[in-house]
Amino acid sequence: MSLLHEMNEKALTYGVPLSVHIDVTYRCNERCGHCYLDHDDHGEMTTVEIKKILDQLAAAGTFFLTLSGGEVFLRRDFLELVAYARKLLFNVKVKTNAVMIREFEAQELRRLGVEQVQISIYSHRAEVHDGITRLPGSLAKSIRAIRFLKEQRIKVTIANVLMKDNFEDYKGTQALAAELGVHYTLDPTVTPKMDGDRSVLGLRVLGDSLPTVFHDESLVGDVAAYCAPPPAPGEDILDGYPCSAGHTSCYITPYAEVFPCVQFPIVCGNLREEKFEDVWRNAPQFHEVRGIRARDLTTCSGCGHVGTCSRCPGLAYMEGDMRGPSTADCEKSFYRTGIPSENMRRLGLSAPLPAGLVQIASAPA
Amino acid sequence: MTATYIARSSAIASRVLGGETMVMSVADSTFFTLNEVASAIWQAADGVTPLDEIVARHVCPEFDVTPEDAWTDANEFVRELSTHGILLVSDQPFAPATPEAR
Repeated sequence: MSLLHEMNEKALTYGVPLSVHIDVTYRCNERCGHCYLDHDDHGEMTTVEIKKILDQLAAAGTFFLTLSGGEVFLRRDFLELVAYARKLLFNVKVKTNAVMIREFEAQELRRLGVEQVQISIYSHRAEVHDGITRLPGSLAKSIRAIRFLKEQRIKVTIANVLMKDNFEDYKGTQALAAELGVHYTLDPTVTPKMDGDRSVLGLRVLGDSLPTVFHDESLVGDVAAYCAPPPAPGEDILDGYPCSAGHTSCYITPYAEVFPCVQFPIVCGNLREEKFEDVWRNAPQFHEVRGIRARDLTTCSGCGHVGTCSRCPGLAYMEGDMRGPSTADCEKSFYRTGIPSENMRRLGLSAPLPAGLVQIASAPA
Repeated sequence: MTATYIARSSAIASRVLGGETMVMSVADSTFFTLNEVASAIWQAADGVTPLDEIVARHVCPEFDVTPEDAWTDANEFVRELSTHGILLVSDQPFAPATPEAR
């Protein structure tokens, strides 16, 4: 067991929010079609409000802090917030499109001790990347920023969301990451918007294209192990938690609302009205999420994939039932292993329906 | 004997969890967990208190170890963390303003 895994187990035992993700703004200078946020400011937290929350998170034991958005550098106080977080000794990761990072910002991120910067890049070709971000010149600016960050020896990860529009480019983007000397992650998950709008799901890559990705050794490592049929789930799996959301991690919006996860938009409290510790310890929504074990999942508990599936309780919640399946993950499990999920069997499907048309909530229990 | 002074690097992230201290180097992402004895030394590493005084004040009375054993363990701990740049070591006191311990 790795040290980090041990600490996660310990955090679970003590009920510590080890990892917290804060979106400091939803404003953005890009307009990506797949983004789950609106880009307006409905009254985001002030500098003082965020600093108070950081104090409370440090006191609660949070170690990993992700600062994201929107575009974080649209906040003029962003570096001040990073400096404050580092003074409190958080491990800080920044998620950004990097368009506004120049030499000075890169130097400051280094000086302040940011551990990692994750940058969204959707293609190695400007016409594709800029087409998705709807910001002309954005790829060139983001690449320039990566070079500035690398000069500062900051760990950089390129995060690529795989969609229909950039499916053909994922290898080229991976090669770009290698050329720049940075890490590369690829995620085929497109989530509904925070307001429940599911129209963006039409951008998801078609399921029958997924096996190409899942059988790419450069992405998944040992293909045979990754795509192997799932072992029969034991009692330990069925007694386990579906994911860390609400157990050792949570998400805070720019308006001080607390969710179990950025993809799990159930409001557990507001830090303008309550202290973080009170929300984390006492919110009934957190208690409900924490009470769910794999064996309580309405469909997934009887699914062979239950121990290996990437099922997201937040996506399931957005589909209507936090104990139900998350369709996109059923699809991933199927295309990864070739074995239909229990959810698909119940719906009488040998393959998933096209993205956006599957209505799990109306399926018979 | 020359005094040894130790100070926490500012290029680290740190938090106490269940009596142990998690420390991560932001330079190379090396991750450590410090047991209670090491945590006591870490918390007292203010850059101006000599290591032998830290051991005498924070380790021997709290953890039921002989001064010799405590001193040997402390030296080993300091050497390992300093190798990773997490702990700064000098024979002179450090200037103030190392990060707050948590």
